[in-house]
Amino acid sequence: MTGESLSPVTRRAVLIGVAGAAASATLLVRRAEATPEMMKAAIHRVIGESPVRKGKVALDIPPLVENGNTIAMSVSVESPMTETDYVKAIHVFNEKNPQPDIISVHLGPRAGKAAFSTRIRLADSQNVVAIAELSDGSLWSDTVEVIVTIAACLEYN
Amino acid sequence: MARTLINVPPKAKRGQIIEIKTLISHVMETGYRRDETGAPIPRDIINLFVCSYNGTEIFRADLHQAIAANPFITFFTVATETGTLEFRWTDDNGQVEKASARITVE
Repeated sequence: MTGESLSPVTRRAVLIGVAGAAASATLLVRRAEATPEMMKAAIHRVIGESPVRKGKVALDIPPLVENGNTIAMSVSVESPMTETDYVKAIHVFNEKNPQPDIISVHLGPRAGKAAFSTRIRLADSQNVVAIAELSDGSLWSDTVEVIVTIAACLEYN
Repeated sequence: MARTLINVPPKAKRGQIIEIKTLISHVMETGYRRDETGAPIPRDIINLFVCSYNGTEIFRADLHQAIAANPFITFFTVATETGTLEFRWTDDNGQVEKASARITVE
């Protein structure tokens, strides 16, 4: 009798406890790395919902890198870079770093050549996506799968 | 704040596309690391880089934590006139580091 009257309370407490633990575990996982969904959300935040086509963009990253702390990356876009037809911006995103954004560069016809290079960090093997925004509003992309043998951040954890 | 290194060709022909290389010494602390005592190390990155040519902005980059320490950025511009290229890096604390280079256009 006593046991029965107590059991719903106990079960509820247990369920709440389990749900809470699951929620915090999910939160921890979320904090540890971005997901492909987070990358999609970041892309939508930056460029909106317009369709992105493959092509015109060349994302150059070594496909196999030893050290994720510094990886040479360059992006170039096919464009005449004239006053009426030029690349406005190039955005680069990743799937599995803690944050999905890498860099956004803004340029114009005065660049002469729609290209830049930098050095990036990758926390894990993953896809890296570069998206170019042209002056006519069209969006073009290139994706490269990078395998990282020593991830950035790991040595500090 | 930091040491910078700029590479701009000193001379160019009018209309020539030139490559500009820039480097700044900076930890680019992500905010995800912890020190020996386990305390989180606060985020401190350069989040903005801007290059102007005789006062007109020609290149701007928004940087995030995924940019490696000592940010190295190269890009292109058309040599239009003799003058000065100005470079500005802004960090999370609002500190600005500036550098400049002269170019002679013939």
